[in-house]
Amino acid sequence: MGSFSRLSACTLAVTLLCGTSAFAQEKAEVMHWWTSAGESAAVKVFADAYTKGGGTWVDNAIAGGVNARAATVNRMVGGNPPTMAQFNTGKQFDELIENGLLIDVEAIAEAGKWRELMPKPIIEASVRDGKFYAVPVNIHGQNWMFYNTKVFADAGLEPPKTFPELIETGEKLKANGIIPIALGGQPTWERNLFSAVLVGHGGADLFRKIFGVRDVEAAKSDKFKEVAELYGKMRGLVDPGSPGRNWNDAASLVITGKAAMHFNGDWAKGEFIAAGQTAGKEYGCTIVGDGKLVIGGDVFVFPVTKDAGAQAAQQKLAAVLLDPETQLAFNKKKGSIPVRLDVDVSSMDACAQKSHAVLKDPANQVEATEIISTPNFTGAMQDAITQYWNTSSMSADAFVEKVVTAMRSAS
Amino acid sequence: MATVTVRAAATGAAAPAARPRIGRGLPAALALVPTALIVLVVYVGCMLWTVRLSFTSSTLLPKFDFVGLAQYERLIVNDRFVVSAQNTVIFGVLFIAGCLVLGFLLAVFIDQRVRGEGAFRTVFLFPYSMSFVVTGVAWQWFLNPGLGLEKLVRDMGFSNFTFDWLVNQEMAIYTLVIAGIWHGAGLTMAILLAGLRGVDEDLWKAARVDGVPPWRYYLSIVLPLLRPMVVTATVLLAISVVKLYDLVVAMTGGGPGIATEVPAKFVMDHLFERNNIALGTAAATLMLVTVVIIIAPWIYARYVRSKGRR
Repeated sequence: MGSFSRLSACTLAVTLLCGTSAFAQEKAEVMHWWTSAGESAAVKVFADAYTKGGGTWVDNAIAGGVNARAATVNRMVGGNPPTMAQFNTGKQFDELIENGLLIDVEAIAEAGKWRELMPKPIIEASVRDGKFYAVPVNIHGQNWMFYNTKVFADAGLEPPKTFPELIETGEKLKANGIIPIALGGQPTWERNLFSAVLVGHGGADLFRKIFGVRDVEAAKSDKFKEVAELYGKMRGLVDPGSPGRNWNDAASLVITGKAAMHFNGDWAKGEFIAAGQTAGKEYGCTIVGDGKLVIGGDVFVFPVTKDAGAQAAQQKLAAVLLDPETQLAFNKKKGSIPVRLDVDVSSMDACAQKSHAVLKDPANQVEATEIISTPNFTGAMQDAITQYWNTSSMSADAFVEKVVTAMRSAS
Repeated sequence: MATVTVRAAATGAAAPAARPRIGRGLPAALALVPTALIVLVVYVGCMLWTVRLSFTSSTLLPKFDFVGLAQYERLIVNDRFVVSAQNTVIFGVLFIAGCLVLGFLLAVFIDQRVRGEGAFRTVFLFPYSMSFVVTGVAWQWFLNPGLGLEKLVRDMGFSNFTFDWLVNQEMAIYTLVIAGIWHGAGLTMAILLAGLRGVDEDLWKAARVDGVPPWRYYLSIVLPLLRPMVVTATVLLAISVVKLYDLVVAMTGGGPGIATEVPAKFVMDHLFERNNIALGTAAATLMLVTVVIIIAPWIYARYVRSKGRR
């Protein structure tokens, strides 16, 4: 129950902060889970921008998305909401809207022409009943493959373009004594890898049918079975120390050249940057399969409040977050790309530019599981995927059965 | 001796014939009222609230509809819950038995008036002063095939040595048992040692005169005398079995796959991560019912039946 004590310690800290800064005008208390070095540097960009406009930013960072969201919901239900709170782009805040706990920012969205600037999946994930209820602040691509350029050059191999190719290349790398795929062996990352295979080999439609509409027929299709078999073969390309490993440790295996490839969202870039490496030189990033990018990200929502000062702060915040310069500075630190596609990204790194270029074509934009699936169904799928991944004797057919059960029973 | 006092206190409170004058009990009763209220409102209230929610279709926020046993039907076909329940049984039996046996042996060993007894006691009790999170992380490093024991022994020249339980689906649950016993055996030792010190030395002398071997003396004479201590230790250990959560999160995260999932983690994940309050509370309710089913016969035997006999 360590999270609880940490949580209450944070609450205490916030209470103390509130006590001392109560005299300031337009005080904004912001709840988020950006606690790592790169992340807190990123959120400071928002804080500085808001402070420059004359407001007071009260930072309430809680480690771990789950803990932070639980704390936010508890405080909203308890009648003491923060001014602004972070969620992932998608369905996580659906019920808060249904219960009238969030305000809409449609007026600001209208004035800022958000609908013309952002990719459609992100807009749809933030709009309910024709109104913006959340401010998207970034886009994370989730199915990137990071690779060590030197490892591939030394082995005389090219980074694979498709998943069947990846299996062949992987076997060759393995014969050379290199870990082909560095995986953080935790259910979340096992699911993320599966999503990459599903969208890269099965295609965007199949991905949407499985996670979005839970089409049982699609799960029983030959194509899905093919995806499951490919994913099953990848079990042999991972080292035995993988189960339980953190993703950043997996990324560092690629950084140090012990492993060749690592599938992750673009937040993994932070590890490479921290190790002093440059995109396109020591490491590369590519999308394996047919080039579709699974996109999610973060949003801020504004809880309903009676406090006039907080209401004013909310209006101000909503505008500050999407200022082009703030967007660029924030996303450089965060590793994501600006949610506004009109921002000039030429000063960003090679991977971010690639991401931006891919997303220019709407056909390449695929909604992440957080956007099209409920947390509950994603969790049920994750249970099925992690069982399949970790039980080498389980057949693709048995896995399909588990997926079908998950589709039928999850709410 | 402890049994005698407990029973006397129990009968003293319950037997109407021996009721003390009201005036004398009043301050004590008043002092107990706040606690009683907290127990009623917070504990019992939350329990009822949880049970009620398990019959709804709540997801992120509590809802008060009624869907009957739908959540329970989902629960019993849920692989992960079934594995969790099995793991509790495996972990519970091995952990409690392991702690009791090891704790008893350690206590007997220290009771031999060894030199440096204080140091030994501290060393054995030390793991208990650490939280399950620290225990879990430490054992995770120690058992990790690439970092810990396996690498150490291989580096010493035994290149065939394999100890990969932590990353092996079949065996991972036993690594939790090992870490749990390491953590809990010291406390069991302390409790049993306190009991051992209360055993009359004359018994030992009498047994020597009769030519009873030491192992027989401990097994047939001392152990029965230690029954209250054993019960206390078992109850304390059983509680940590039911609420087992932090050790799993820190050590295996429930993996590999779902091999080391436990019910408390199932409840926490569904309440907070998966926005599924109803399924989480249904699992919590089932845990509560199981605990009640297990301890009800014991309470009956100890408090209800023994009173009737008198």
